Amino acid sequence: MDSLNSYLIISAVLFTLGLYGVMTRRNGIAILMGIELILNSANLNFIAFNRFGGMEKLDGHIFSIFVMVLAAAEAVVALAIIINLFKNLDTVNIDNADTLKG
Amino acid sequence: MSEILFYAIAAITIGSAFWVVTSKNLVYSAVWLFVTLFGVAGLFIFLYADFIAATQVLIYVGGVLVLIIFGVMLTSKIDTAKISQSSKGKFIGAVLSLLIFGMMLTVILTTNWKVGELQSVDSTVNTIGNMILNEYLLPFEAVSILLLGALIGSAMLSRKK
Repeated sequence: MDSLNSYLIISAVLFTLGLYGVMTRRNGIAILMGIELILNSANLNFIAFNRFGGMEKLDGHIFSIFVMVLAAAEAVVALAIIINLFKNLDTVNIDNADTLKG
Repeated sequence: MSEILFYAIAAITIGSAFWVVTSKNLVYSAVWLFVTLFGVAGLFIFLYADFIAATQVLIYVGGVLVLIIFGVMLTSKIDTAKISQSSKGKFIGAVLSLLIFGMMLTVILTTNWKVGELQSVDSTVNTIGNMILNEYLLPFEAVSILLLGALIGSAMLSRKK
């Protein structure tokens, strides 16, 4: 718990799982969950580097607050889009959202 | 004692994240995401980030996750008992993510990180407040405009035609 590597490895595992979810899931909301995992792993990295690089300045903390705000804004807009998709196509499977495909 | 607690929290975080991306039922995924977000908040507490841990619980668990569950409820037929979901390209997805994980692991383990002196702090709230209103004032205001934009945009997108 007092080594930087353990936090970095936990964060790498979270990132990998989130990436796997984004790549394999076909439901729009499940893809959103994968993106939340990726953003959380980035936050963990920011905080860990801030802690182990000395804590006189808290730039990493400020950055992770901004990441959280952006994640909230992104979730709101993405869910509005997904609900619109469900209204128009009656499905949230992103493979079916191919109206623009020639 | 705290060593054991740290590894337990890490195991819970990673295990529940695994179930988030593999569970067949979308509602189960949302519940496991709840556990993962709490686990990450616990790791923040181990890193002396008390304010960030509280914010994580407030914004993610109280805001984003409730929003996601609302999304699940609004985009599925209520009369079907199970809200299932499918995955595609599991093998190639696993291979690609494991490749990227191996790359990251090599970088983490071979880099000689310069670690500063570890010190314990009482509270981070003072410093964070000072920094937001001094060095980070412009990004802070920009982010508030972004939130206003997201609010108006999502209300526009989801209203009745």
